[in-house]
Parts: sequence; C-alpha cells; structure tokens
Amino acid sequence: MKLTSVAGVLLLAAAGPVLAGEHRKAQPLDPRYVEECGSCHVAFPPRGLAAASWTAVFADLSTHFGVDASLDPAAAQPLLDYVRAHARRKDTPGDDGKPALRMTKARWFVREHDEVAAATWQRPAIETPSNCAACHPAAEQGSFAEHDIRIPR
Amino acid sequence: MHRLFAAAAFAAGVGAAGAEQPRDFETAFSTAAQQEEPGFQGFDAGRGREFFNTTHGGDWSCSSCHTDNPAAAGKHAVTGKTIQPMAPAANAERFTKAAKVEKWFTRNCRDVVKRVCTAREKGDVIAYLLSVKP
Ligand code: HEC
Repeated sequence: MKLTSVAGVLLLAAAGPVLAGEHRKAQPLDPRYVEECGSCHVAFPPRGLAAASWTAVFADLSTHFGVDASLDPAAAQPLLDYVRAHARRKDTPGDDGKPALRMTKARWFVREHDEVAAATWQRPAIETPSNCAACHPAAEQGSFAEHDIRIPR
Repeated sequence: MHRLFAAAAFAAGVGAAGAEQPRDFETAFSTAAQQEEPGFQGFDAGRGREFFNTTHGGDWSCSSCHTDNPAAAGKHAVTGKTIQPMAPAANAERFTKAAKVEKWFTRNCRDVVKRVCTAREKGDVIAYLLSVKP
C-alpha cells in the first residue's frame, strides 16, 4: 500500500507543475491528498502556496491552525513531496517576509479576490475565505475557473 | 504509548488492517482496558455519551464537530466543513479501518481532552455510537 502511494506521487510529480495561468487551469488532485488533507477543510490547491510555504505547513501538523492534524512522518512525506512538486513557483511570503502558512493571506489570493466585498465574505454560506467550495463548487476537483464561480446569497 | 498499545492489540486481536467491524474495536479496546485498569468492568454507552457531549477543560467537546446526534451529519467547528455521521448505523464506513480510527482518536482526543484517550474512553465512545439508531 505504501509502495503504490509513493509510486502514485512520483507519477503525478513527473507530470510536472501546471505551466500557465497558475491558479486558473484545473489541477486534478491526487486522491490520497484529498483523503488526508481534505477531511477538515477542502483539499486546497497545491499551487496556492510555494514549496517553502508547504514545507513550513508540514513542519508542525500537530498544531495546525489550532487543530491537531498530526500524521506520522511516513504518511506525511509523500504528501509533502506531492504538494511541493505542484506548488506555486513564485514565492508566497507573509507580511513578515517568511513563507506564508495561510493560502488566503498570500498576495495572489488577496489580489484575485479584491472585488469581493467584506460583507460578502461574511454571508452564512461563505463565512470564511478558506471555504473555497462555497463559491468554487468544483474546488474539490481542482477547478477554480472564472465561469464556474457561483457566489451564494 | 497508548497508540502502540492499541495497535498491538489490533494486530493480535483482529488481524489484517482494513477490514475491521465496529465490534472488533470494542473487543480490542476491551483487551487493552483490562490491562490499563485493574478494576475494568466493561464499556458503558451512557458513560460514552456523557464523555462525547461534554468538554474536558478546553473549548470543544466531541459533539462540537460531530453534533450531539451521531446519526446526523456534523460540522467542523473551525472550518464549517460537513462531517458524515459517526454512528455506524447511519454511516457504514465508520469503525472499519484501524489506522483511520487510531489516527482520529489520537488527534481529536488531544484537541478535546488535551491527551490521548484511554482504551476505556475509546471503548465507551464506540459503545455509545453503536447504541445510536438512525
Ligand atoms: C475539531 C473538530 C473535531 C472534534 C472536536 C472531534 N472530531 Fe472526531 N473527527 C473530525 C474529523 C474532521 C474527522 C474525519 C472526517 C470523517 O471521517 O468524516 C473525525 C473522525 C473521527 C473518528 C474516525 C471514525 C471512523 O472510523 O471513521 C473518530 C473515532 C472520532 N472522530 C472521534 C472523536 C472523538 C472521540 C472526539 C472527542 C474526544 C472527537 N472525534 C472530536 C473532527 C473532530
């Protein structure tokens, strides 16, 4: 089982990072990534954070944004390899210049969402910027295309 | 420690991972509880219900994410993501994979109880969840 999952990650990694329109084209997700990183929140698109940010996120999963998400290292490593292989190529620093941990604080995210009013974010069906699927129903399939966006009232 | 202990109990008690039934977990936790607690008298669904629905020194109880109706879907306390029902009667996938059960008991107990749960606490919770009918 471990062997197949490592092989799967290698295969996907070999396909290489998406070349153009970093966050626009659909980026199908490895089912093992969705299984491990999509139980508490939608499985966030790997290209939302740069490799250095992913390494920082994986450095402490036992206090992951206030929740224990610990994974044993043998299970975590192939997932980290996978997200790093599909990461954003441009750095995603936070305000302090260190790699950002929150995708929703990354500059590209803020820029892409600058038309969304503060009151819209607070709608009960949205509640938080990390609730991607509220407005991007195909988020779990890795698609954030403009024409798929449905902002709930 | 507890984790290893329970894993060993599984290896001895229910064989290959991946095809367990909820009752197998009760059996394995019972074996472990007898070793952890000399006066162990068996699991109690009522005690499990109480444990599940109350806080243990932190902000959350198990029911903060899993609701106090295990036959219904829950909602993650931080992200709002839907969590499928916990009662095996309402969700046939519950308590069928040893690695998954251990992983979540470990994480969730640390968040709610600030330590790993004992075999008795885990067995009580399973007894409670098995007692819930949809
Ligand atoms: C912060 C939210 C949260 C809290 C609090 C929480 N859980 Fe969970 N729990 C989850 C999530 C998310 C999953 C995995 C999603 C799924 O399996 O549907 C899960 C899964 C589980 C599983 C896996 C069951 C299986 O075989 O599928 C068990 C067991 C469990 N939780 C027990 C508990 C217990 C006991 C408590 C209280 C000590 C608790 N949880 C508190 C979020 C939570």
